[in-house]
Amino acid sequence: MVELTINNLKVKAEEGMTILDAAKSVGISIPTLCYMKDLFPTGACRICVVEVDGQRNLLPSCAFPVSEGMVVETNSPRVRRARKTIVELLVENHPQDCLICVRNKNCELQDLAERYGLREHRYSGEKRKHVVDVSSPSIERDPAKCILCGRCTRVCNEIQKIGAIDFAQRGFNSIVTTPYNEGLNVSDCIFCGQCILQCPTAALRERSSMKIVSNALENKNKYVIAQIAPAVRATLGEEFHMPPGTDVTGKLVSGLRRLGFKRVFDTNFGADLTILEEANELIGRVQNDQPLPMFTSCCPGWIRFAERNYPDILPHLSSCKSPHEMEGAILKSYFAKKMGINPKDIFVVSIMPCTVKKYESERPELAIDSLHDVDSVLTTRELVRFFNMAGIDFADLPDEEFDNPLGESTGAAAIFGTSGGVMEAAIRTAYYNITGENLENIEVDQIRGPEGVKSATVKIGDLDVNIAVVNGIGNVRPIIEEVLAGKSKYHFIEVMACPGGCVNGGGQPIHQNLENVMKRVKALYEIDKKSVSRRSHENESVQKLYKEFLKEPGSHVAHELLHTTYSHR
Amino acid sequence: MANQIIEKYPKNDRSILIPLLQDIQEENGYLPEDVLKEAAAHIGISMSSIYGVATFYNQFRLTPLGKNVIRVCRGTACHVKNSANILFGLETALNIKAGQTTRDKNFTLEVVSCIGACSIAPVICINDDYYGRVTVKEIDRILKKYQPVQPKPSPQKAEEVVK
Repeated sequence: MVELTINNLKVKAEEGMTILDAAKSVGISIPTLCYMKDLFPTGACRICVVEVDGQRNLLPSCAFPVSEGMVVETNSPRVRRARKTIVELLVENHPQDCLICVRNKNCELQDLAERYGLREHRYSGEKRKHVVDVSSPSIERDPAKCILCGRCTRVCNEIQKIGAIDFAQRGFNSIVTTPYNEGLNVSDCIFCGQCILQCPTAALRERSSMKIVSNALENKNKYVIAQIAPAVRATLGEEFHMPPGTDVTGKLVSGLRRLGFKRVFDTNFGADLTILEEANELIGRVQNDQPLPMFTSCCPGWIRFAERNYPDILPHLSSCKSPHEMEGAILKSYFAKKMGINPKDIFVVSIMPCTVKKYESERPELAIDSLHDVDSVLTTRELVRFFNMAGIDFADLPDEEFDNPLGESTGAAAIFGTSGGVMEAAIRTAYYNITGENLENIEVDQIRGPEGVKSATVKIGDLDVNIAVVNGIGNVRPIIEEVLAGKSKYHFIEVMACPGGCVNGGGQPIHQNLENVMKRVKALYEIDKKSVSRRSHENESVQKLYKEFLKEPGSHVAHELLHTTYSHR
Repeated sequence: MANQIIEKYPKNDRSILIPLLQDIQEENGYLPEDVLKEAAAHIGISMSSIYGVATFYNQFRLTPLGKNVIRVCRGTACHVKNSANILFGLETALNIKAGQTTRDKNFTLEVVSCIGACSIAPVICINDDYYGRVTVKEIDRILKKYQPVQPKPSPQKAEEVVK
């Protein structure tokens, strides 16, 4: 332990701690831009500079370790002047179109400009001119708004290990871009949107589908249906100042009805359906000597990653569509027939925590007779904008129930939104399918939690099933290499591209706090705990759907509607 | 060919990137995309990082050089003698920007800081030929020397064109 003085306060700090962390421990906040918790500091933005006695220059507090007897000033006139100049220079090379910007009132640059009292333009000069990259169906890249903090490149390179974007050029021409400055759609980008969550401004943002959806809602000939992903209900409340991890399912349903959606269904129904198909496929693979281990296919970011980088692994991917695509397919077949609606008039909007789902919904494989299963995808953030635009006071909405029959779901489906959840749900049903009995200890603790790779062995009958959960696409490469080398001991592997799973998806409210993510996870496990039935095969609506329409998991109809194909891209 | 260059370097060691890029450029005259992709896989870094390094340093080129390389001096003396106009004239005549190569790959236009011939400013240098006290009017005449000799169209063909 060392003792130092920060702003005349005596502070005890561990050796090796940075000034920034030491200050934070006593409630002194220092602004940061390029700083990322748990990653090596780059000290690029200099906004966190502080004055240290005996040092000629101001020091970046995010990168400078504390030492015995150090005297630090975080708020001296010199420090404030330096920070203000940095913000002024950043702002002057920025479009300053806050009024029409998607990140208005949720922008770190705007906050800093306010905090340091920018009231005039002291510098004027050349501004960078850049075009917006709208090549991807999921993510827009607007380098003109970029302040070059580098957080997106670090999450892409160091956490997700994709490396789709990095710094290029230098000096005034510096830009965060793809190789050869091409569109994101032809880059290695998997559209996970983690960069959006990191971006302090609107340089990276989702491709908005709001116009398409509001046009559909206005169109009297369209039967517009909404479905809500498991992870959205645990996060959307945050945007309306509710504590992280508040379950807002009931308010979401009533809110969507007020927006004009004819029916509000639950993607959890699709999740239960996915589990029945997936468990059946897994058992089939074991019995018929087909490629094992099997990988889950619910995460379209993971699918895009595999299709681009590991074509040899594709036979190992479950052929199941993801839950919202299954739900869409059922809506446009079974539901349409039942209601006597032409499937062409049905417009399915998925409310998703995810940016990749936008790309997924446009995949030609996920359409039947060129009629897409899902017509449009809104992220959690876009739905919040819809509520605000419609003047809906979300916090005061009454709780309502989903429409049926595609609104019923089990606890197993709720945990789809977190890393390990799909696996846990699948194990519950696979156990029943093989042994005819229900798994007693229903919660598989080994595959819960924030670790990068989680594994467990589950005894099903006299079979030892080895399972693994990959939490974040950055951890998947070694697992794939192992499988390709034929050395993998696993039977079933779940992959989710975003660290923590969909609760931390690229379409979620923008946060800077990992604790929030853990609270969101807890909320989903709570929903599961409170559910009457916690196993997908106990979902009565799903059972009815099989009885009336699909016959049995893996049947010919099920294959037509609920399964898909992959190819090297 | 390129493979042999890459194989000389240890795998998964990102510190060798710059010497490796220099070798690739030495061999090919520029950094071809497919070779860079192999290099990326060999060192274990992303293409975007390699692109970043290759665009950071002036010495690296991502496009092949043209047959003739024009260097326009933009040093202080030449600047005073209006070399900006010479550069603009060349860009207009060749219909490319500084740093680019013409579509027929005959000319590459580059800007250099000082050629060291300030007494005859403004200076341009094409391959190993130096041209001092250049005026904008002279540009076409100078460039003509380096244009490939085009075969005169035969009368028959000319007729066809008229038709």
